[in-house]
Amino acid sequence: MSLARIKHIILVLSGKGGVGKSSVTTQLALSLSLAGHSVCILDVDLTGPSIPRMFGLEDAKVTQAPGGWLPITVHDADSSNGIGSLRVMSLGFLLPGRGDAVVWRGPKKTAMVRQFLSDVYWEETDYLLIDTPPGTSDEHISLAETLLQKARPDQLAGAVVVTTPQAVSTADVRKELNFCAKTGIRVLGVVENMCGYVCPNCSECTNLFSSGGGEVMANEFGVRFLGRLPIDPQFSIMIETGRRPTYPEGTLINGQDIATAPANTSSAQIVAEADKKHEAPLVQKYRHCSLAPIFGKITADVISLVQA
Amino acid sequence: MAPSLEAPEPVEDVLSNPLKQKPQLVAPEPEHCPGPESEKAGTADSCAGCPNQKICASAPKGPDPDIPLITARLSGIKHKILVLSGKGGVGKSTFTSLLAHAFATNPESTVGVMDTDICGPSIPKMLGVESETIHVSSTGWSPVWAMDNLAVMSIQFMLPNRDDAIIWRGPKKNGLIKQFLKDVEWGDLDFLLVDTPPGTSDEHLSVNTFLKESGIDGAVMVTTPQEVALLDVRKEIDFCRKAGIKILGLVENMSAFVCPKCEHPGEIFKATTGGGQALAQEMGIPFLGKVPLDPRIGMACDYGESFFDSFPDSPACKALKGVVRSLAENMKLDPGVVMPED
Repeated sequence: MSLARIKHIILVLSGKGGVGKSSVTTQLALSLSLAGHSVCILDVDLTGPSIPRMFGLEDAKVTQAPGGWLPITVHDADSSNGIGSLRVMSLGFLLPGRGDAVVWRGPKKTAMVRQFLSDVYWEETDYLLIDTPPGTSDEHISLAETLLQKARPDQLAGAVVVTTPQAVSTADVRKELNFCAKTGIRVLGVVENMCGYVCPNCSECTNLFSSGGGEVMANEFGVRFLGRLPIDPQFSIMIETGRRPTYPEGTLINGQDIATAPANTSSAQIVAEADKKHEAPLVQKYRHCSLAPIFGKITADVISLVQA
Repeated sequence: MAPSLEAPEPVEDVLSNPLKQKPQLVAPEPEHCPGPESEKAGTADSCAGCPNQKICASAPKGPDPDIPLITARLSGIKHKILVLSGKGGVGKSTFTSLLAHAFATNPESTVGVMDTDICGPSIPKMLGVESETIHVSSTGWSPVWAMDNLAVMSIQFMLPNRDDAIIWRGPKKNGLIKQFLKDVEWGDLDFLLVDTPPGTSDEHLSVNTFLKESGIDGAVMVTTPQEVALLDVRKEIDFCRKAGIKILGLVENMSAFVCPKCEHPGEIFKATTGGGQALAQEMGIPFLGKVPLDPRIGMACDYGESFFDSFPDSPACKALKGVVRSLAENMKLDPGVVMPED
């Protein structure tokens, strides 16, 4: 069983689509890696895999080795900087073209999920994060079944549930919490994503999808509320174009100015420096994102919950 | 045996054998096997002596016998429109409910909405009928009427508790979708809007199979501007092409956001690759328009109100009306009749 070398398994779930499961998975992986843990991501969203795009690995192809399918390496461990390794596996790596539809019915998806859990060659890993499609159907039932059967009880740490604040979204995510209760998967906590957008021009914060819904839901179900994440367009620019996040001066995150350009540096120097940083691995660039410190706290919470 | 990771099953095969599944064979298929799903399975010459013969012979064959019943039930419906997107959370349900409200502004039209998102039904909440239940009579199930001329059907109406999880595998979901089409008394409708879950799986295949015979006008694609969403929408367009569903157009939702304080236009979901318009051009499908992100749309959905009635002068409402008009034109209908100006 390939899961034997993995210490903790965390599922990232949401009943609703497009709330940021994949981006939360990505950030959780980057934060865990920054904290020095070795991390693997398994993307079981078979009909809409986003993880390859998130790491800029759309052209990567999986190779077969005697021990099973080899996951793709995003970056290796760098012990001098205290960064753990990060590897990913997704159906996206197995498709011939990026626009090709995967039209599969349930039984086929079930078989694929099982194969992903048993035939991928994972190395020694601290955390395996499993990114899921929306809903409570074939993929989720198969995941729960297989993990509850095959993983050791101490391996399956639990689920991080993602929601956006509006009622339409929490209504579906409530169903997912009930799914976890029914299948006996522990809920580590709820993350409220896309809560507020700070205008880059005037720093006015607008609640695009209202606010507070995730916290109310977490309290109602008696599960932990891990925190809320604002919308940061710089994060998606970093994902899509590989540019390091930059913020205008005076951008305050938790009372700390995270503006990137010191006033006395000439602009040419900044550009040259920025260009150099394009080559830097994603995990280094993520350090400069305004979401990194917020997610660092969430990650610390998750780690302490898992190890408790 | 698990499917191979190397060669995903060709989409054409899945589409041409919609609901039939390969029977569970006890031995590998012989060299001259006619195919366990084929018409001749179990009866062909090469089947003699094959250990699978009985299994193949008794497997159900031919088209689904319920399809003529569905066609008869839906014969009073003039136009059937699917709302699709490969990606979740881009506003399929929101757009479906807005479209339903827009069509229903003409008191002469009757509109039906069918929610095929079994695991995350959002339509009842958005149309303000979340706590309703359906009534069953000898002639079938009565849909829930959200307005005098707006009928709704969703699994949400059948749940004992609002937050119950629907933990169903594919075949069970297909069964319910079939019942929605076969057993619901839709009556004479001008429009039936079908809201779908994200992806390209059981629900989409079933809707396509069941409605093929009675005719689908086409599908409206919904997307958001960023490439992560376009990537999945591209797959959905590929699916429609292969399934022979006409694409009526692409709508770009959540396209721009104007800061309410300084009126600075910000791109929340940045269109780094040209957004929906570029995708429509690339794929050669009509582009219906961009709908800006307005927090009040989400608010109206949370409270189950009609955004058209509540904020008729907002830019988002004007953009939506433009989208509905171009959609009507693409369906060769008179926009003035579909959505009369008051």
